[in-house]
Amino acid sequence: MSNFHDGVVAHQFDDAEQQKETVNLGMWSFLITEVMMFGALFAAYGFYRFKYPQAWIEGSNYLDYLLGAFNTAVLICSSLTMAMAVHAAQHAKRKQIIVFLILTIILGGVFIGVKVVEYADKFEHHLVPGHNFSVDSPFANQVELFYSFYFIMTGLHALHMLIGFGIIATLVVMAYRNRFSEAYYAPVEMTGLYWHFVDIVWIFLFPFLYLIGRG
Amino acid sequence: MSTTVEASHHSGTGENYLTAGYGLKSWLMTTDHKRIAILYLLSISLFFVIGGLFAVLIRIELLTPAGDLVSADSYNKLFTLHGLVMIFFFLVPSIPAVFGNFLIPIMIGARDLAFPKVNLASWYVFTIGGLFTFAVVLAGGVDTGWTFYTPYSSTYSKTAVGLTAIGVFITGFSSILTGLNFVVTIHKMRAPGLTWFRLPLFIWAHYATSLIMLLGTPVVAISILLVFLERVFGIGIFDPALGGDPVLFQHLFWFYSHPAVYIMILPSMGVMSELIACFCRKRIFGYSFVAFSSLAIAVLGFLVWGHHMFTSSQSIYAGMVFSILTMMVAIPSAVKVFNWAATMYGGSISYETPMMYAFGFLGLFTIGGLTGLFLGALGLDVHVHDTYFVVAHFHYIMVGGAIMGYLGALHFWWPKMFGRLYPEAWAKLSSIVIFIGFNLTFFPQFLVGYLGMPRRYHVYPDEFQIFHVLSTAGASILAIGYAFPVVYLIWSLVRGEKAGPNPWNAKGLEWTVPSPPTTFNFDETPVVTEEAYDYSRPVEGKVV
Amino acid sequence: MFSNFQIFPEVASSMASKVDAFYFFMIGVSLFFFTLVVLLVTVFAIKFRRKSEDETPKPILGSLKLELIWTIIPFILSMVMFAWGAVLYFDMYTPPADAMNIYVVGKQWMWKIQHPEGNREINELHVPLGTPVKLIMTSEDVIHSFFVPAFRMKMDVVPGRYTTAWFEATKTGEYHLFCAEYCGTEHSEMIGTVYVMEPGDYQDWLERSAVASKSMAEEGAELYSQLGCNTCHEQETGARGPSLVGIHDRQVQLMTGELVKADDSYLRESILSPVSKVVAGFAPIMPTYKGQVSEEDVLKLIAYIQSLSYETAPSDIEATESERTE
Repeated sequence: MSNFHDGVVAHQFDDAEQQKETVNLGMWSFLITEVMMFGALFAAYGFYRFKYPQAWIEGSNYLDYLLGAFNTAVLICSSLTMAMAVHAAQHAKRKQIIVFLILTIILGGVFIGVKVVEYADKFEHHLVPGHNFSVDSPFANQVELFYSFYFIMTGLHALHMLIGFGIIATLVVMAYRNRFSEAYYAPVEMTGLYWHFVDIVWIFLFPFLYLIGRG
Repeated sequence: MSTTVEASHHSGTGENYLTAGYGLKSWLMTTDHKRIAILYLLSISLFFVIGGLFAVLIRIELLTPAGDLVSADSYNKLFTLHGLVMIFFFLVPSIPAVFGNFLIPIMIGARDLAFPKVNLASWYVFTIGGLFTFAVVLAGGVDTGWTFYTPYSSTYSKTAVGLTAIGVFITGFSSILTGLNFVVTIHKMRAPGLTWFRLPLFIWAHYATSLIMLLGTPVVAISILLVFLERVFGIGIFDPALGGDPVLFQHLFWFYSHPAVYIMILPSMGVMSELIACFCRKRIFGYSFVAFSSLAIAVLGFLVWGHHMFTSSQSIYAGMVFSILTMMVAIPSAVKVFNWAATMYGGSISYETPMMYAFGFLGLFTIGGLTGLFLGALGLDVHVHDTYFVVAHFHYIMVGGAIMGYLGALHFWWPKMFGRLYPEAWAKLSSIVIFIGFNLTFFPQFLVGYLGMPRRYHVYPDEFQIFHVLSTAGASILAIGYAFPVVYLIWSLVRGEKAGPNPWNAKGLEWTVPSPPTTFNFDETPVVTEEAYDYSRPVEGKVV
Repeated sequence: MFSNFQIFPEVASSMASKVDAFYFFMIGVSLFFFTLVVLLVTVFAIKFRRKSEDETPKPILGSLKLELIWTIIPFILSMVMFAWGAVLYFDMYTPPADAMNIYVVGKQWMWKIQHPEGNREINELHVPLGTPVKLIMTSEDVIHSFFVPAFRMKMDVVPGRYTTAWFEATKTGEYHLFCAEYCGTEHSEMIGTVYVMEPGDYQDWLERSAVASKSMAEEGAELYSQLGCNTCHEQETGARGPSLVGIHDRQVQLMTGELVKADDSYLRESILSPVSKVVAGFAPIMPTYKGQVSEEDVLKLIAYIQSLSYETAPSDIEATESERTE
């Protein structure tokens, strides 16, 4: 128990190794709860997708798949910069950590910016459920249902990204204050896991929402 | 479990977790799992009283067939709030958040949970969720039933559904955080020598419970959020007018809420194993069967949600699959009961208060479990579904099972938590009063349920009255029974005899440390060298 | 208040006695296990009570044999329960082919019921003794549940779809009808009475209570022409819509190539959301009638379409005649 109060290893742990394993397991457990949460939405989505295939295709066709593809690319890049930040943290390269974290935020910001443009477009074209929704389609009602899923799923995803911005910004401040070392970089690593998870959710959302009509 | 550390050498005059700080801040900013347990104990006791008051009003209203005490609208709000408060703010957190929090680290020889700050955060999240519920009451209440069935909740109800949904959504996260903390702690923080099969069964039960919290709660959280979005922003996926399926909500809801039943009962089963082992001075018969039955319940519990929907127009064949799985989930519970009974064989049984609750649990849980089979059996469920038969069944599990376990735990570990003994005679008397009151309250409900009295009825036909009169009479006895412990437990804090580290001569790491324990539980990490409940070896800190 | 004290509900349908028999079996099994547990616990608690403070009982680890016994025996019993329950359930929800239809619409907070003969009632249901009755039910608002304890029959009534249930009454009398699914403020007053009558009395009642001398199908026929359905749904080749004669409960092929049964639910969907499932060979041009027709109207239209079988004597129904211009 030599590390009992040295600040890096918290009091409840015996050593850094135990702390590292524990934090890792905690993060993965958290991600499992996230999978369950999005999983419920995907299950409901799948239920209606099979019930109203035509409406789903039609709804999907109103989405701009080029913007969606662009955003997918942006997000994959941000995953790369996040991974680089974690790598830099493992080697305690303070400057690199800060640069890559800021790049991640910028790329994420581009994603959200495109999302804002898309959302604004939906408002303009009356594609927002519960807000004078109107499409000229025999399946108008079910298309509205599709757009409910679109807004709920992308909205929840965007909310996760915004939370991510907050966490990453905190990491930038921590890195600036030189809080990380080769022995202690768990916060960066765990945020990396979170960020990759958020990206993976989008990798599923993109085809399910944008591409189903373009087979 | 004896340890290499002679922990009982603490004099008991030294500082303990209660005296480690006195200011309000020392409590509100604490990360000590034991103090957080006390915060939870206070919060859920408050909610139990509130939920109980709602129940009292419901029972008085039902004394007569006409709706003469409260209006139909108020009645609907009363049973909704009773359900919401009791389930989300009392039963789900009860044993895990109080006794799990207090005991898991000590039982596994750790200084704290894996994430103490997360633990504190979970209490704050719980409190914020609770404040929303108070706000709901101030906003005029909510009348959807705790089940939030769409489209009533999403479109038709004129009450504060949105506020309630947010409250429940938030509270769900406290449960997720607690479950996450327990899973990680049990995996990674066990003392040297404490292998999985040396763990107290209380830990196994909490491990299974935590898995359900982790996997199930996110689903109910998102479902209730969907109701909120549909109601407040019109972004709806259950609205029949758009081709949405209101029955889909039921699937999502019960995917969590059936396993949630096991969140409420599994910890109580864990408590039973501890009580029975201690007061029989014997290792639990078939330890590994009892341990694995907890996991089996947790896993199978996720596959049976459709048994709440046998009359919902889901396909007959789906009903059959859910029914056969429901029958299977009953088996591990039966295995537990038989193992507990077998543990008593050849034991040295004493009848202290906690054991009285264990006896009560065995009888009541058996009735609750067996009547669960009635509801899992398709052809019979069609008749009794949504009647008082269901109400009786789940109160036998929730009150007869979970609350008996909670009270058993409270009496068993009270001396450990506060270092004081309560008056045994009063405690025994109240356990008997509670047992009688409980049965008188809920047994008649099986009968009136089979007669066809639907649940959530404000007024009812005359011929059902006699059963309601009996039930209300029982409820008054039950209320008195619950009032006793409040008085003598508080009295014991001041006047109670000092409890040594091990007043029950029990096995287990928590009985090797002083009562109340110190902030970091152990001066040195204990090393475990024996199986759980090995009463053939000398008990430490024994009272002579 | 104690005058009509009873423990078991009336047995008034062919299903009720079967459910009761199963109930008694379940009570028997439960009593056996409950007694067993209580007996074991009591006997052990007395026999092995602590006699001295220093007792150290001999440890017993467990017994695989016992574990197997108390796993396998309850398992077998539970499978019996499952099978028995499943058979009953199947029968309960599989109406006989010759059952007479009665249409039920639930709304906050009343039951609206219509007989094929056209008679309408609210919160009352008159049925003949010894005749299988199939209920075709839907809701105008939230989920309700049609529950007659004396028949051991319950089925949720769900907005946006038809649910069905059936019973055959075996005893004349008056029985409770309850809404079993919580549906809002006056849920407990969404109740009614089921009158089981001798078939002769039932015929009398039908005649006595007939408001207009129109059957449901006739009312449907009127609506059919009012709404202009007949302008497209003709039997001639080249009509804009498919002929509806004899379509009820037959297989139809859709544009997508899929085969579906044109049952009540399909017909309802085709009236309210016509282009969802268009019959092969026709264009998706039919406008929706959502908002123009109530759930009760839809049921009337379906009753009319059902009456349009090839065997129907055309003279019975006016509108049919204009249809059948072959």
